[in-house]
Amino acid sequence: MKNIDSASHVTGRSIYLDDIPVQQGTLYALPYDAPTAHAHIKDLDLSKAAAFPGVVRILTFKDVTGENQIGGIIPDEPLFAEHEIHFWGMPVALIIATSEDAAVQARKLITIELEELPVITDPREARAKGELIIPPRSFKLGDTTNAWANCAHVFEGRADNNGQEHLYIETQGAYAYPTEHDSIRIASSTQGPTAVQRTIARVLGIPMHRVEVDVTRLGGGFGGKEDQASAWAALVALAAFLLKKPVKLAMHRMDDMRMTGKRHPYSSDYKIGFDKDLKIVAYEATFHQNAGAAADLSPAVMERTLFHATNSYAIPNVHVTAYCCRTNLPPNTAFRGFGGPQGMFVIESAIAHAADKLGVNASELQRRNLMMEGSEFSYGQIADHVHAQACWDLADEKFDLKRLQADVDAFNAKSATHKKGLAMMPICFGISFTNTPMNHARALVHVYQDGSVGVSTGGVEMGQGLNTKMVQVAAQVFSIDASRVKIETTNTTRVANTSPSAASATADLNGKALENGCNAILARIKEKASRMLRSTPDAITIVNEHVLNNGQPTDLDWKKLVHAAHWDRVNLSESGHYATPEIHFDKSKEKGHPFAYHVYGTAAVLVTVDCVRGTYEIDAVKLVHDFGKRMNDAVDIGQIEGGLVQGLGWMTMEEIVYNEKGKLLSNALSTYKVPDIHSVPKEITIEALPTDGHPLAIRRSKAVGEPPLMYGIGVYFAIQNAIKAFRRTAERPDNRMVFDAPYTPEKVLMSLYS
Amino acid sequence: MTRFILNDTLVESTASRGTVVLDIVRYHQHMKGTKIGCREGDCGACTVLVGELNGDRVEYKSMTSCLLALANVEGKHVVTVEGLNMEKLSPVQQAMVNESGTQCGFCTPGFVVSLSGCCLSREVITDEMAIRAIDGNICRCTGYKSIERAAASIAHQLAQKDMEKPIEWSVKNGFLPGYFGGIKERLQTIQRGNEAAIDHAITVAGGTDLYVQKHDTMHHSVVRSLANEGELKGIRFEGDQCIIGGASTAADLLNSEVLKKFLPLLEDYLLLVSSTPIRNMGTLAGNFVNASPIGDLTAMFIGLDSSITLSNVKGERQLRLRDFYKGYKQLDKSPDEIVTRVSFKLPTKDTRFHFEKVSKRTYLDIASVNSAIRLEMDGDTIREAHVSAGGVAPIPKYLTNTSAFLAGKMISNDTVRAAVKVMNEEIAPISDARGTAEYKRLLLRQLFFAHFMELFPEKFTLNALVG
Repeated sequence: MKNIDSASHVTGRSIYLDDIPVQQGTLYALPYDAPTAHAHIKDLDLSKAAAFPGVVRILTFKDVTGENQIGGIIPDEPLFAEHEIHFWGMPVALIIATSEDAAVQARKLITIELEELPVITDPREARAKGELIIPPRSFKLGDTTNAWANCAHVFEGRADNNGQEHLYIETQGAYAYPTEHDSIRIASSTQGPTAVQRTIARVLGIPMHRVEVDVTRLGGGFGGKEDQASAWAALVALAAFLLKKPVKLAMHRMDDMRMTGKRHPYSSDYKIGFDKDLKIVAYEATFHQNAGAAADLSPAVMERTLFHATNSYAIPNVHVTAYCCRTNLPPNTAFRGFGGPQGMFVIESAIAHAADKLGVNASELQRRNLMMEGSEFSYGQIADHVHAQACWDLADEKFDLKRLQADVDAFNAKSATHKKGLAMMPICFGISFTNTPMNHARALVHVYQDGSVGVSTGGVEMGQGLNTKMVQVAAQVFSIDASRVKIETTNTTRVANTSPSAASATADLNGKALENGCNAILARIKEKASRMLRSTPDAITIVNEHVLNNGQPTDLDWKKLVHAAHWDRVNLSESGHYATPEIHFDKSKEKGHPFAYHVYGTAAVLVTVDCVRGTYEIDAVKLVHDFGKRMNDAVDIGQIEGGLVQGLGWMTMEEIVYNEKGKLLSNALSTYKVPDIHSVPKEITIEALPTDGHPLAIRRSKAVGEPPLMYGIGVYFAIQNAIKAFRRTAERPDNRMVFDAPYTPEKVLMSLYS
Repeated sequence: MTRFILNDTLVESTASRGTVVLDIVRYHQHMKGTKIGCREGDCGACTVLVGELNGDRVEYKSMTSCLLALANVEGKHVVTVEGLNMEKLSPVQQAMVNESGTQCGFCTPGFVVSLSGCCLSREVITDEMAIRAIDGNICRCTGYKSIERAAASIAHQLAQKDMEKPIEWSVKNGFLPGYFGGIKERLQTIQRGNEAAIDHAITVAGGTDLYVQKHDTMHHSVVRSLANEGELKGIRFEGDQCIIGGASTAADLLNSEVLKKFLPLLEDYLLLVSSTPIRNMGTLAGNFVNASPIGDLTAMFIGLDSSITLSNVKGERQLRLRDFYKGYKQLDKSPDEIVTRVSFKLPTKDTRFHFEKVSKRTYLDIASVNSAIRLEMDGDTIREAHVSAGGVAPIPKYLTNTSAFLAGKMISNDTVRAAVKVMNEEIAPISDARGTAEYKRLLLRQLFFAHFMELFPEKFTLNALVG
């Protein structure tokens, strides 16, 4: 089944935030943000801007009717700066005007007097100065301290990764309308409608039931609209609340890039030890997470780094520690993978380092250390339904890894100007919110008396195909045609207290809730059918809209049955609820069973580096992925291809540049490059690992949103292998391996010739 | 009053002529299929097709409406995604659906519009040409493979297209709505206002730099559009000179069969310059006047040893393009002068020309360093040399000393390596978002090597040059 929104997408009829028809009297909001990264505000002069024609009002922290606070995990993030600025781009005031243009012109008239304070942009410096957002956390398994003695080979080093701009093509935005009883209705481009609702209630000082959040769809989210949509929604809601007029904000791209946080840069240290058979005996890592100026979701992101620090490898002795470092960058936030990719990059660096020194192929080290059934993760979960080896073996069978390497070697022997590199990238990614209480969802199902079905869930459609899968779930449970099912907007008055659409778990959680809701209605109408057919509910089945009794056809069909049930006063609505079973985690011990299941996969990545110019092309990514029992091929393949390309963008051309004063230099699409159609792999081959799927996955079809992003990490190491090939033939002995993503053409050229 | 046809409807807009078409379409005409992604021509979500009368044909080009002045579409046909919709999905739309080329959908109308341009063009649409049509469209969801498959399917379906009458063919075969058939006649009846020279008016050619730099003030400005001034366009030869109108676009150069005869790799070079919609808008003179130290066309034409003609009411004057730049964004040009022509000596069989560029992303990106070289050979001796380099100085740099050094030398590894020493003395790169100074210096050396490796593949190897 194709994405149900395809036809409206290709005709331009799909509605995003800025497409909502504007109500008469709508005002336009524009944030005035801090022009420095760290300072005391000595004076803020709004008078000239306030006098600009069309400006209705300018709001500051003094106008907040509730709490000037939007911090979700920790209350450390003011909505408006009060007396101190913590990052370049921090909202200081909100201009409300009769047109967007008036607000833009007025913003230029605001002046601010500052007393500059020292700026920290480096997480290691923040740690050294004690600037930690939460105390450090460590996961431990076995005893690394004593394990080093048993290692034949030990390697230590450092790995750095940069951040990543989400670059959802639809920027952040919200549109608030005042409604009766001092309430607010707001359309928001958010992955977390409840987070928006909660934040607005807090900022306005009103109960949550007076805030209605409605989301039709997002033009991309990728984590950037999980927590960070809330600030913009709270700003326009406050303005609408105070002015009693509709207020809208659809952010300009450069404002969005400057004011919002990104994927976390990390600076990490590793130590890895192998026995003589090249089994990993011990692994230690210290992660310095650059959290930015406030907690946002950083503590949770940091936690997932620890969960995925050992990627797909079984290691008996592990000690990994992470520091959540406060700097003067915009608060960094969720981004597809949520800390997992950063953890995996470090252990892959450690393995590449070891392979280089040992003179073996890194893939040999990877293969020998894959997770097995019953392996223990450092956080205490015993691995079950493990497919790490199976994915690798199938990749070997389908792609002939030895031949791939031989082809690379043969090419490199012939070519002086171009070198190829091959790298493997196995992945293992845990599915569930690591914060166990968030793993529940609800879905509201109405079967209308004409047999059509309306479904509301707490999940937000942002391109991942959630709504398509929800249609499939409802249609499959009822055994009716998919055209009978409509997915409604995500709205906090229909489905309350939702978790954000994140952690790859949206389809699992909301789908299972929907299943429960549909099954409850189905049971009631089967009961009605059994009375009509003088049978028992157990004997009734519905197959392709036909009602069967003991497997035999009857005169009843879905439409007739629903109609009859309605006029027999049967309840045709249900709110289904689902809470993931089995999962638990004890933070005091850092042990438990936090994940419903894991997703596995293995990618082979092949690149060609132009050793004259330092540029490169990705020839192929061939991968085997553990989809479970795939419920929608088109949607899931799209997630693999899109996730992979986003991941390799992070590893190659996507380079966030702040200067030492904390000013974003890569502040537009002209200076921040994401993959275009020419920079993606020439070939992407995707093989599905045949399995029965996992019972905790929706229809046994495993979560697919985040895991494929991490295949992109393989591109870094493939490029590195090509560079090594050049240096070998150019008789430049490899005296240093640099692990500093992204591998931009600049770093490649410097690595080739340094 | 500015008149143009938007899809099937004549629009008579009283908006300021500096307003961008994107805002006209979305907020004046309330057609929301055209999306805003970046407002600087870098994402393609706002792509429209612009049809212009050329003789007895209407020729369509894709353009990013965020950088497109209302004045520049006067008397033309603007097509948004709404203007492509029919009762059923068009084959282009259907291909995007069939191949799952759409996820969040926000960039999708831009892709559909760009690909639909393939139905209107007189070119043979190979897979490669279909991909080229969307080289200015960014998608953050799909990873493009599904869109590649859709593009290939469209190319396949257009194989039967009538190259002489593509519009008629596309209408007849259900690729485009029927109203396209009547657009030519309707355009012929639209009266254009005269583009009077107004004091203090801002001159707009393609607008692709101007609207990026001054996006929030241009719609208030009085503009003078050069886009409809035919005498500023065109490529012709006079004696041993090639003369190109200043308002010629990068696409005009790329599509010129005559230029390709003299510069066989020109198409490859120009494909490295921005993207299809930007090449359809951005002009040669605009690139020169923008004075970016890394302008690709600027580096290319300084390397060709070009001259430019500047005109105002007082008259004309000519100077070497390399002498046009006086300092960072400082030009030898009075405010009322415009660059009307560019000329360079036609290459002969003894001429070697090459252009190199490296950027973070190979396509649709601004160079870290670019360079062009023109050599006049006398056997193995360089009779005359002109070398340019961008990104290594505050201005687009003519490497005077390096060029002089090369003149009269035999081509050899020693010559090239010695020239690098000279070159290093006359450049002064700085560290910025496009790379560190150290990198740019190394990169220019590599591109300089690349010139010789590409021009004389039998004489130079990387190992020998690097030493």
